Amino acid sequence: MIPRSRRRRRVKELIFVGLFLVSIAVALATVVILLGSVVATALPSLRPSVLFNFASFSNPDQAGYAAAIVGTLWIVGLTLLFSLPLGIAAGVYLEEYAPRNQLTRLLEASVSNLAGVPSVVFGLIGLAVFVRAFGLGFTVIAASLTLTILVFPYVVITAQEAVRAVPQSIRDGAVALGSTKWQAIRRQVLPAGTPGLLTASILAASRTMGEAAPLIVISSFSLLRFLPDGPKSPFSVLPVQIFAYISQPPAFHGVAAAGVLILLFLLITFNSVAIVVRNRLQRRRW
Amino acid sequence: MTTVDANGGTISVRARLKTLLASLQPIYVWEAGEAFVRGLLFVAAALAVIVTLAIGLGLLFETASFFAVVSPWEFYIGTRWSPDIARAFGVLPLVAGTLIIAGGACLIGLPLGLGAAIYLREYAPARIRETVKPVLEILAGIPTVVFGFFGLITIRPFLQEWFGADFFNGMTAIIVIGILIIPIVSSLSEDALTAVPVDLRDGALALGATRFEAMSRVVVPGAFSGIVASFLLAFSRAVGETMVVLIVAGQNVSVQLNPLHSMQTMAAFIARRATGDVSTTDPALYGSLFAVGFTLLLITLAINVLSDRLRSRFREVYE
Repeated sequence: MIPRSRRRRRVKELIFVGLFLVSIAVALATVVILLGSVVATALPSLRPSVLFNFASFSNPDQAGYAAAIVGTLWIVGLTLLFSLPLGIAAGVYLEEYAPRNQLTRLLEASVSNLAGVPSVVFGLIGLAVFVRAFGLGFTVIAASLTLTILVFPYVVITAQEAVRAVPQSIRDGAVALGSTKWQAIRRQVLPAGTPGLLTASILAASRTMGEAAPLIVISSFSLLRFLPDGPKSPFSVLPVQIFAYISQPPAFHGVAAAGVLILLFLLITFNSVAIVVRNRLQRRRW
Repeated sequence: MTTVDANGGTISVRARLKTLLASLQPIYVWEAGEAFVRGLLFVAAALAVIVTLAIGLGLLFETASFFAVVSPWEFYIGTRWSPDIARAFGVLPLVAGTLIIAGGACLIGLPLGLGAAIYLREYAPARIRETVKPVLEILAGIPTVVFGFFGLITIRPFLQEWFGADFFNGMTAIIVIGILIIPIVSSLSEDALTAVPVDLRDGALALGATRFEAMSRVVVPGAFSGIVASFLLAFSRAVGETMVVLIVAGQNVSVQLNPLHSMQTMAAFIARRATGDVSTTDPALYGSLFAVGFTLLLITLAINVLSDRLRSRFREVYE
């Protein structure tokens, strides 16, 4: 092979490094421009009424998110209540107990397939199963159950990673001291894996909070005039309410942008609290 | 009855029996408890299969009743989708719209995501990597409704102004979804690149290759199946993306290839039309939602299975 001149090779190197840098720049610029344009659009509409008023499609100055914020808190809370115990239990089973056989492979394949199902399909299932077959109607509980099966695979996968990250010596030590397998898991593995399990819950909560497509399918109350007050109550959530305002004439874009800021604020608050707690726990363990 | 123990004291047999039982009992209790806990955990894991079955059967059931009214032949071969006026249920226009938008998004997102992964893995100094990775995670964590809104207020006016695009157009969706899949591609490709042993790259560098040459001829081929797996996953994500298309792409369902005009995808159609009362007011439309959903599920499932296969293959190579 004829060796190419060093110069040409270096130029090629530089061109490609330039292209790689462009890819990073696109990602970084998107975050900056996205936040910038949302804030700029939201500024004229930032007033307390956005937080405290109910939805309105007639007057953008009166439109707010009160019901949507409360609905989001209800649904995120209930979804975590259902999905975390189930997902962590399934993750612990797959990591600690599951024998290597066909059944286990089926379980793991189901988890990874579920994680790949488009979210709007969960909406259809929620509509057919929870809303209609179970007769729950368009309620907080139907939405929470729908989102529970949506985030379940993510919780399982992150819980598996958290449990896997705990060194085997911890389990062996506990069992050598006479504890049973479950005692070793409950007293040693789970506490040691808490930071990772917190990551699982952050992920689940963030997914739940921002998910719009399935809830559009199972909610028809973008003009809810009261605060959701329990599992049986009709609901509205932030992403769906934001979408409802986006679909209105451009005069409502300011309110929509303000809603985006509320949603991002909730997401950031939740994430940073969980990350601070996680870091503190991590320092304490090892 | 008494007996003499080792220390010369006397204790009753009953007391001895009792201590014996006490020393045995917890084991039985534990074993029962262990089995019980194990059973509970198994039930939680089995939920994955139950939900998968429920989704498959649920969609299949509603789809079957739809196919009793509209033949599957008509559904899958028909080139006209007009569920309201003409009652034409040919899904091909929706499939075409979906493939154009997802394919276009991949043309943008896959190279950018791979480029970002290669840069982060191979070139970036530790400090830059530590700033860029969280930003990519933020990008991955932004709700899709926010992405859609961003497309509508920022990218759409630009396309209208410069390229004469319609107010609702497919191109905005392509660009926004392209950006949206960057973090998926970059994080999974980076994992695949990391799985290639450093020795291979160092060997190439030692033989006089430039960094880019070592990358493009040794590391990337070594991570090839993992990178393709990340591409497939991103494509499947783009196919199922709902909110962005719903917000920016409009609802034109005639087959047309120009993304500057309005377009509709399968996922966006479902979200647009599947509102609560549709089940009672329009059974045929209600059934068609499930038939479209079922088709969408089959497409994404096929892509995901392929991606999983490839990924498990690259895992085996270097471990």
